[in-house]
Amino acid sequence: MKKLLAMGVGLATLAGAATVSVPAMAEDSLYLPSLSYRTGAYAGGGIPIANGYADYFAMLNARDGGIGGVKVVVEECETGYKAAKGVECYESTKGKGALVYNPYSTGITLQLIPKAPVDKIPVLSMGYGLSAVGVGEKFPWTFNYPAGYWSQMSSILKYIDSQGDGIKGKKIGYIYLDVGYGKEPIPLLETLSKSMGFTLLKYPVAGKEMQTQSSHWLKVRKDRPDWMVMWGWGAMNSTAIKEAIKIRFPLNKFIGNWWSGAHADLRPIGAAGKGYLSANFSGVGTSFPALQDVIKYVVDKGDSKVKSKDLVGDVLYNRGLFNAVIVAEAIRAAQKLTGKKVITGADMRDGLEAFDLSTARLKELGLEGFTAPIKASCADHEGGGSIFLQQWNGSDWKKVSDQIAPMTDLVKPLLKAAADKYTADKPDWKTQTCK
Amino acid sequence: MPILAWGIDMEFLNSIFVAPFVDMFSAPDFLLQVLWEGFVSGILYGLLALGFVLIFKASGVFNFAQGIMVVFAALTLVGIHSFGIPAYVALALTIVVMGVLALTIERVVLRKLVNQPDIILFMATIGLTYFLIGFGELVFGGEPKKMIADELGIPNGSVSWDIFGGVVIFEYRDIAAAVIAAVLVFSLGFFFSKTRIGRALRAVADDHQAALSVGISLNQIWVIVWFAAGIVALATGIMWGAKSDVSFALQVIALKALPVLVLGGFTSIPGAIIGGLIIGFGEKIFEIYWGGLIGGGTESWFAFVIALVFLLFRPQGLFGEKIIDRI
Amino acid sequence: MFYRETGQFKTTYEADSAVFPILQDRIGIAAMLVFMFVVVPLFANDFVINAIMIPFLIFALAAIGLNILTGYTGQISLGTGAFMGVGAYACYKLTSIFPDVSIIVMVLTSGFFSALVGVIFGLPSLRIKGFYLVVTTLAAQFFLEWAFIRIPWLYNYNDSGAIEVPARSSFGVIITGASATPTARYMVVLCIVVAMTWIASNLIRGRIGRSWMMIRDMDIAAELMGVRPLYAKLSAFAVSSFYAGVAGAMMVFFWLGAAEVESFNSDNSFLILFMVILGGLGSIMGAYMGAAFIWILPILLRAAPEFFGIDVGADTMEHINFMIIGALIIFFLIVEPHGLAKLWQIAKEKLRTWPFPYA
Repeated sequence: MKKLLAMGVGLATLAGAATVSVPAMAEDSLYLPSLSYRTGAYAGGGIPIANGYADYFAMLNARDGGIGGVKVVVEECETGYKAAKGVECYESTKGKGALVYNPYSTGITLQLIPKAPVDKIPVLSMGYGLSAVGVGEKFPWTFNYPAGYWSQMSSILKYIDSQGDGIKGKKIGYIYLDVGYGKEPIPLLETLSKSMGFTLLKYPVAGKEMQTQSSHWLKVRKDRPDWMVMWGWGAMNSTAIKEAIKIRFPLNKFIGNWWSGAHADLRPIGAAGKGYLSANFSGVGTSFPALQDVIKYVVDKGDSKVKSKDLVGDVLYNRGLFNAVIVAEAIRAAQKLTGKKVITGADMRDGLEAFDLSTARLKELGLEGFTAPIKASCADHEGGGSIFLQQWNGSDWKKVSDQIAPMTDLVKPLLKAAADKYTADKPDWKTQTCK
Repeated sequence: MPILAWGIDMEFLNSIFVAPFVDMFSAPDFLLQVLWEGFVSGILYGLLALGFVLIFKASGVFNFAQGIMVVFAALTLVGIHSFGIPAYVALALTIVVMGVLALTIERVVLRKLVNQPDIILFMATIGLTYFLIGFGELVFGGEPKKMIADELGIPNGSVSWDIFGGVVIFEYRDIAAAVIAAVLVFSLGFFFSKTRIGRALRAVADDHQAALSVGISLNQIWVIVWFAAGIVALATGIMWGAKSDVSFALQVIALKALPVLVLGGFTSIPGAIIGGLIIGFGEKIFEIYWGGLIGGGTESWFAFVIALVFLLFRPQGLFGEKIIDRI
Repeated sequence: MFYRETGQFKTTYEADSAVFPILQDRIGIAAMLVFMFVVVPLFANDFVINAIMIPFLIFALAAIGLNILTGYTGQISLGTGAFMGVGAYACYKLTSIFPDVSIIVMVLTSGFFSALVGVIFGLPSLRIKGFYLVVTTLAAQFFLEWAFIRIPWLYNYNDSGAIEVPARSSFGVIITGASATPTARYMVVLCIVVAMTWIASNLIRGRIGRSWMMIRDMDIAAELMGVRPLYAKLSAFAVSSFYAGVAGAMMVFFWLGAAEVESFNSDNSFLILFMVILGGLGSIMGAYMGAAFIWILPILLRAAPEFFGIDVGADTMEHINFMIIGALIIFFLIVEPHGLAKLWQIAKEKLRTWPFPYA
């Protein structure tokens, strides 16, 4: 009875094996898998990120002939923001000499963190994923420059504290996507609410209810918080802002995190969204020389997947581009450390750990003022970046604050405790000791 | 988390039986706002369920693809408009597209599956759902889009009403949704009871074979109901898209139509709207006044639990036909 | 000619009612087992084992579970994803409370928890069926999803809200966690799936399986002949959820390594329902065929453009993928509503007489 099945499985397996072995990458290239999501409910965020990431490397290939004379190959693998697909993409690309993974999904990041030390390929979750991975001793293979969620939240609270009569005695509402991503900052918020003296109100939004938030905002109206902070993604963002406008919540007291402040979120709302604030760490617009190069070498030649030129310089496009900048710089650092041109995942890890994006280097790259300097070390995988706040002026994002450094002294001990908790039930977890 | 620490004490009983009502009556303006929000989401659930009812009534097919048809219709409208075609022309063209879709579905899927068990037809509509998701994303792209509500003349903004020492806010778009829903229900009711095709439709719903024997073309009727469901989907898509963006995330909400149908009955047009309203009011009030007790976020399942309770006591729904397959 | 039974005499009742009465079938199944147990672990690479074989087996097990309920008992369920989740969370809790007990025991034990939950949500099936039951199973799906998020005890109060698999070993080999080799995980999954398939095929052939099928074919007649619907339906829900629960626990512990609620959402329920429909309702082998089809086809489709040197974006391929799956479902329902299993049966009939069609 099961003969056909056996044949089917056999054929499928053979075909699978064949497809895996065929596209073995040429020896002299740097292979970077890009786990993108251009489909599904979160495609609105996934598309610009994937475009920015791919375009920067295309620019490097066209302008400089790659990095250190070696061409960069970026291969996209569609995850649809689904964890199972992400793992499949990981398995299908890791054997081709992948240097680093940027999953752009907390769910997929959580799956890859334990795999990274085994396969010796680092994971760079740039400003997302598990906050605790900033502790380099416990997580040698995982990085989250320029800052984790906890650092970001502390910067946002610092900003609130600097406005008006401070944060003490205020009510802070926290509306979040009710998955790992949105739940991450809660322990920090709960700790800080005691030490900073504010009341925390939580409004979880289930993934299914992203577009039906009227009851959440009714509760906001009932509770009357002084400030709202949002950890949203995808369609949740614009819906939340629309609901906030509806209940007449003052938008200049509503702060989104850096995944809740894209052009795609605010463009449909337009002028009505004026005043809404969000955190960011990557510059906005195309006024940077590096962006101009991307337009000149890639977009104008039609080698980009961007639908129109106006979308270059969008918040999330620049985010993806910045991710590519970090990866490119880490590759350079790794090439310098090893003296090799073609590096491996393990070399890449050393490069990421030796990562140093100084103000001078940013200027050389044509990204002056794009972001705060980042410097990683063996112990610090978070890189000590800063965030700034941007405000929607009705048609575009404008930077409205200076770089706000996180409250490192408060966050670090909490990160250490969280890292210890993560590794506690994993007796064979590989750590490293830093000098 | 309180759910784990359920001890029967006075404070707990108070929080269930007294405090919510005190809340309600101490802030009547807020209660009114809650009811209005419930009404608005109820109308949208009702519209969604209406599409299911139309098709179920005439062909006995439980059309799982109704949710994706909503997204598809809205996307088509926005997509056509983005080529620089005026909004009303785009609307007309979208209606044509929905007609073509109905015709294609009838020709390619339904005609081939005549006389198959209901469950097979149900599964076929799941296949259709997948096909339309892929097709829609391929043609229009996956990113969320802005509904062209302003261009279609749907007013933006809100009106507030000072009452009970507070304020109740009504969005123009929500009012428009209610009006459109009412117009749709009445015109469908008129269509079903007064026109020749409407009567033929009801004949088909009663008995396929008898209808065939008096010369009613089943295939034609099916195209018409699928087309009507397509127009209802378009209306739903416009209203829903105006509230949030048009994106594929919307299709998840379509499953909410199932409990609405259980409540209203699978074959009743007023039932769909009233069922939708009951679910809309119920889930809002429960979430606002009681949801906090068990951690909030109850809207994702509350409707289904109401439906479950209903199934145990009145399986035919409020307005459904009495004869249902019971065990 | 290839399937000729001539000369295969059965001299006992046991031989006549065997699972595989025909020699060719026995050879086929033996060849397949050798392939799965020996060839795959020896020759397949990490990708084939991790991304194809392990998920295929796990989904096949879940599909067998759903097939017991939908295919054999006639009760449609859209809650399989959530029942898998119950198994996964139960297994996670069990292994955190009793870290020293073998993880294999825990995976199997967690099935009982999902069986219990399945029975509770199966209760309405005593009064209703068809689409109405779809609603109650969806209620289970959404309620359980909510519970997985809102009861932090279930995920040990992790900040991330996800369950992360600790490393556990059995017989001196690490079989869960990232440091376990793919082959070790594959072998554990394969053993469990093969054993449970064998049990399922015997359950179905036995008294209880026959009572399920009687309920499916005509419930009133079954009742008149002494089958208690309460017992038959609830036992189907229990067994089905047990299979789903074990599959869910294996999904997290031997495949994904970490899971959020998202891994158990309604998409998963649909995926498994598709496997059952395409494979063939009421066929164990169909569950395998459906799982292979639904899981492996998209992977091949994704690899296809690269294979033929066509440059198609990953996203476009994904859209086409959706369209193809949707179209295939409709195609199969029109051409062969009984699925791949029925096609195989037809093929076997043809092979039996080939090349003499009237023999």
